[in-house]
Amino acid sequence: MDLEFTPREEDFREEVRAWLAANVPKGSLGSGDTREGFARHVEWEKQLYEARYSVVSWPEEFGGRGASLWEWLIFEEEYYRAGAPSRVTQNGIFLLAPTIFEFGTEEQKQRLLRPMAAAEHLWAQGWSEPGSGSDLASLKSSARRTDGGWLLSGQKTWCTRGSFCDSIFGLFRTDSEAQRHHGLTYFLVSLKAPGVTLRGVDRLDGDEGFAEVFLEDVFVPDRDVLGGVNQGWQVAMATTSSERGLSLRSPGRFLATAERLIDLYRRYQKQDPSAARQDPALRMRVLQAYMDAEAYQLYTLRTVTKMLSGGSIGPESSLNKLFWSEMDVATHETALDLLGPYAEVEEGSPSAVDDGSWLKGYQFALAGPIYAGTNEIQRNVVAERVLGLPRK
Amino acid sequence: MHFAFSEDQELFRASFKEVCERECTPDRVRGAWRGAAADSLWKQLAELGVLGMTLSEPAGGLGMSELDWVMILEEAGRFAVPAPLAAHTAVALPLLEELGSDALKAEWLPRAVSGEARIGVTFEADPFVTHAAELDLLVAERGRKLYAVPAKDCAWEPQRSLDHARQLARASFEPRADWLLAENAADSSSRAFNRAVVAQSAELLGVTQRMLDLTVEYVKIRHQFGKPIGSYQAVKHRLADALLRLEFAKPLTYRAAHSLSSGRPSTELDAQVSMARLYARDAAEFMAKAALQLHGAIGYTFEYDLQLWMKRAWASGRSLHSDAWHRERVASVAFAGLGAS
Repeated sequence: MDLEFTPREEDFREEVRAWLAANVPKGSLGSGDTREGFARHVEWEKQLYEARYSVVSWPEEFGGRGASLWEWLIFEEEYYRAGAPSRVTQNGIFLLAPTIFEFGTEEQKQRLLRPMAAAEHLWAQGWSEPGSGSDLASLKSSARRTDGGWLLSGQKTWCTRGSFCDSIFGLFRTDSEAQRHHGLTYFLVSLKAPGVTLRGVDRLDGDEGFAEVFLEDVFVPDRDVLGGVNQGWQVAMATTSSERGLSLRSPGRFLATAERLIDLYRRYQKQDPSAARQDPALRMRVLQAYMDAEAYQLYTLRTVTKMLSGGSIGPESSLNKLFWSEMDVATHETALDLLGPYAEVEEGSPSAVDDGSWLKGYQFALAGPIYAGTNEIQRNVVAERVLGLPRK
Repeated sequence: MHFAFSEDQELFRASFKEVCERECTPDRVRGAWRGAAADSLWKQLAELGVLGMTLSEPAGGLGMSELDWVMILEEAGRFAVPAPLAAHTAVALPLLEELGSDALKAEWLPRAVSGEARIGVTFEADPFVTHAAELDLLVAERGRKLYAVPAKDCAWEPQRSLDHARQLARASFEPRADWLLAENAADSSSRAFNRAVVAQSAELLGVTQRMLDLTVEYVKIRHQFGKPIGSYQAVKHRLADALLRLEFAKPLTYRAAHSLSSGRPSTELDAQVSMARLYARDAAEFMAKAALQLHGAIGYTFEYDLQLWMKRAWASGRSLHSDAWHRERVASVAFAGLGAS
């Protein structure tokens, strides 16, 4: 066992830290889930790409640095510690790209990856449908064969930042006879194609973070089928496990949030020492947030070691998702309780503390137990596929 | 960075487990409940080298660090080992080797390695000694002093523990100069205390794992309303939560063992040790209640083996200071520079 990073890895940390210190925007870019804020975030992502920090773990030929998983974790730690903007391109980079690397043709890799890394081609996910959320395999959107490609029809919903993106990736039924998980195909669909109608949907916090996508005989060429026809379920599962597992939620993010919470607690205590003394329970919740972030980091280090030793993370990734999503809610809830009457004050208001970021973060955190497979489903996965309990 | 155990460490764990499977069946644990010391297990563990594992090789041991023994004690918890294995190996022997006179070491270490002598420990934090009746020597913290007191020279006041296998007693003795291990042993004591806490955490992980295994097996075979109860979501979700707590507690205990074996004393190290204990105990308490509830009435009987582990969790988890005390050790690092809070 060795719990130290190598000098080379620490050098990489220094390099990243120095670059971030010099380049992270000083002011807020606004919410990445509004049109204007999104555009500012995309500019930042382009800057990241220019410095080859947008996809550090990808091979150099696609704009990355061929960084190891350890270096990726270090990058993430530094990124969030520096208070750098949230990544609005993450659905493409963290959900779609791993699937392209695993199932894509050489032509697809060459065509799709670099523009994605460069934030030139922006991707949203198109998994859910109005009647198919947790039970994704019941989806009804379909594709029928036509000359040189497919005609897609149906409706996708909860496409994150879909109103601002260029394309979606998702599953469509290509064999109407086949049941559920069979007969589905993974498609890449341009939102600019004729037959696509987009409707923005405001999220809980009022930002236009969602889109509904209506498709009417939208032509998709054969080259935009990812993985085999009727193989969509297996292909898609590769991305959902990366969404649940490591990729989207590196420990650096939660360590940074915990540090900020402690800083908030420090200010709160200074400002209102008697209230701080009177609520030891709140103090313990701040401490719990600190400990949970550290526990999550250690768990991740163990998982990465397992992956690098040739193991795979299968259904265990559900444990990961349960932990970070519930920790994130609890951490932000603690912050709101510290803020007391200031908790409700939204960004941009004169008296907003930390520009309302805790409130914003809380609302975002509340989505965690819902997206990427609800935590009810995750608990089923853990019970059935890790513990081996009977499905029925 | 490599957060995993070595092949040698895994092999040693496997050998230990093999002995326990043979020598530490639930029946044997129940034997200890009735007062029979686990002699045959102890003898086998001596043969395996486990009893002296923490001593240096010149002292007749295997020179094992905290990182080497943490999984051994995890397994000990899994088998509810009814003997003072943690106190003897993880705490007492390193202290004796570090602080004992040549005469004391010559008298006790060879016998401790061969299994002829069992050595217990008591810290100021705890009023009681476990496995009292079978001890030959007691390492006792009194204020800043540490003593090594022959068990026959102690006055023992037995107490019945909820977990009968713990063979609890209160020990008192009139300190004698020739028993003194160290006049001012604060550093050694605090290191030893941290070792004891990591050992306790490791045992709690093993106890939790066993309760989880027993409960998973049970809910697969127990049928109600025509289906195994393990197919109901309420049951599934409770067990998923138990596994979640256990799996996130493990790395904290392993990290604490690693830090103890490689790091110097510091408040950060203390905090790491305390985090290990907090999460291990949380997992054990959660699991014990889930195990009892999901077993239903059968789990509530004295006859059913589940109680051997539940009671171990309840009885041993509250020794070596309260959760509140451990949280404060973490708080002193997390809130460093924050002043009195």
